[in-house]
Amino acid sequence: MIPGVDGFMYPNEVELQWSLLIVLYPFVTGLVAGAFILASLERVFKVDAVRPTYRLALLTALAFLLVAPLPLQLHLGHPERSFEMYTTPHRSSAMAMFGFVYLWYLTVVLLLEIWLEYRSDIVRLAESSKGFLRLVYRALTLGSMNVSPDALRIDDKVGYAVTVIGIPSAFLLHGYVGFIFGSIKANPWWSTPLMPIVFLFSAMVSGIAAVLLLYMASMKLKKWPIDMRCADTIAKYLFYTFVIDFTLEMLDLIHRTYESDESFRSLDFMVHTRLWYSHVVLQICLGTVIPLALLAANQLWKFREAKRRVMYVTACSLTMIGIFAMRWNVVIGGQLFSKSFLGYTTYKVDLVTREGLLAAIALMLLPFVIFFVLVKLLPPWQESEAHKA
Amino acid sequence: MQKFIRDSGHLIRPAIVLLAGLGLFMVIRAAVVPKGFGQYGHYRPGALAAIRQHPVAYAGQGACVLCHDEEGKVRASGKHAHVACETCHGPLAKHADDPGANIPKLPTVATLCVRCHEKDTAKPKTFPQVVSTEHSGGMACNQCHKPHNPQL
Repeated sequence: MIPGVDGFMYPNEVELQWSLLIVLYPFVTGLVAGAFILASLERVFKVDAVRPTYRLALLTALAFLLVAPLPLQLHLGHPERSFEMYTTPHRSSAMAMFGFVYLWYLTVVLLLEIWLEYRSDIVRLAESSKGFLRLVYRALTLGSMNVSPDALRIDDKVGYAVTVIGIPSAFLLHGYVGFIFGSIKANPWWSTPLMPIVFLFSAMVSGIAAVLLLYMASMKLKKWPIDMRCADTIAKYLFYTFVIDFTLEMLDLIHRTYESDESFRSLDFMVHTRLWYSHVVLQICLGTVIPLALLAANQLWKFREAKRRVMYVTACSLTMIGIFAMRWNVVIGGQLFSKSFLGYTTYKVDLVTREGLLAAIALMLLPFVIFFVLVKLLPPWQESEAHKA
Repeated sequence: MQKFIRDSGHLIRPAIVLLAGLGLFMVIRAAVVPKGFGQYGHYRPGALAAIRQHPVAYAGQGACVLCHDEEGKVRASGKHAHVACETCHGPLAKHADDPGANIPKLPTVATLCVRCHEKDTAKPKTFPQVVSTEHSGGMACNQCHKPHNPQL
């Protein structure tokens, strides 16, 4: 008997090929897409209440987007070869096409939108700062100091257009991650056309929750009051998105149960044994039902401000755990059962290896470091917030 | 119109940066992608010549039985008939070229036979397989079995 293996496994199924880092990859990409969708609420859909988080959401998206490919790079034995998907892309490779979606989203959407949004601040900072920072800001102006009201009005219009293009781009960015899993027809746990849609909505849920958490944490650190109208509105949109996400996941579950194809008994057994804790306890109960109940309660009843803050922080934190568990259950769960449907293997996370727990923790901390630097360089706080303080 | 051009002129700058990046990418691409890539398929055509230059390692079945006719006949009459000589004896093109100068070593049976015949649940049940430690008790396989025609 092979340790950790129950029943019959094909030899190449005993060890998992996709590790914890491949769990991080959709999680991080999802935060990018979700944060951007939240930013678009203000810009395109004119939800003024979420204005205080607009810039914060853009910087969050950028910080996580810069880190998104790193888990994949660390997973590869020869990461330098990954750049060949740009130089000699194969049209039948979903991953190669994803590379171009990533570059498009990074350069044409996110960087351009941030530049347009911050241009007047950058020009002001280029004139007021000194030394090295002055050089940085001058470089960021790209040589144009024109911040006349007419120029800014044009920026606003172009920024709007970029965000409109950005919404389908963000959908494509995370839809593609789901597509990569959903198109693996040999794996019944992954192979469903619902996968890109479920990934997309869970991305929106995690991104919105992450920005709300970051906003509340930033306000706490700066000792500024939280704009509760903003927090309430984000929580409302988080609730709506979460309901759709949960419904889609349940639809997938009902469909699988009703269809009961040849893989069903095996997958059902796995959910009740190896994935019980991560799927039922973490993802469904702790990470979905409780936050949904907390958010729903806020839509039904009016709680005091302090209570609402605690409820939002709890709901958002649990949501993040739930979405991470969902990524884990998809990526790891999909590799725990044999394609013969007669056996199951075990995944044990390494600690100090290239794809181990420490590498994963470092990769999860890196976006926050980048976010901190970005916030220092391009302060996202609106003047109104500073005045309130 | 002039005012509009003046007030929107700064938008050309990110476009220039983007185009410069694209230009840089094209230069790097031209430098790193091998010449003629994609001519026959998704690979560099030079790979064919490079592979052709690899020295031939395997002599092939026909070359072996030219001299080792006896072993060839024994093998052809048994269950190993479809197993090529060099599967067990290793690549022997050099030996075939100059048999006197390149004497091959006999394979170590302790590790050779179990490569195929060690018990593994993933193998078809009809395939002959044993738990070697229980089956032979440490004895070499060829003390009982003839490797060229593995019957007792």
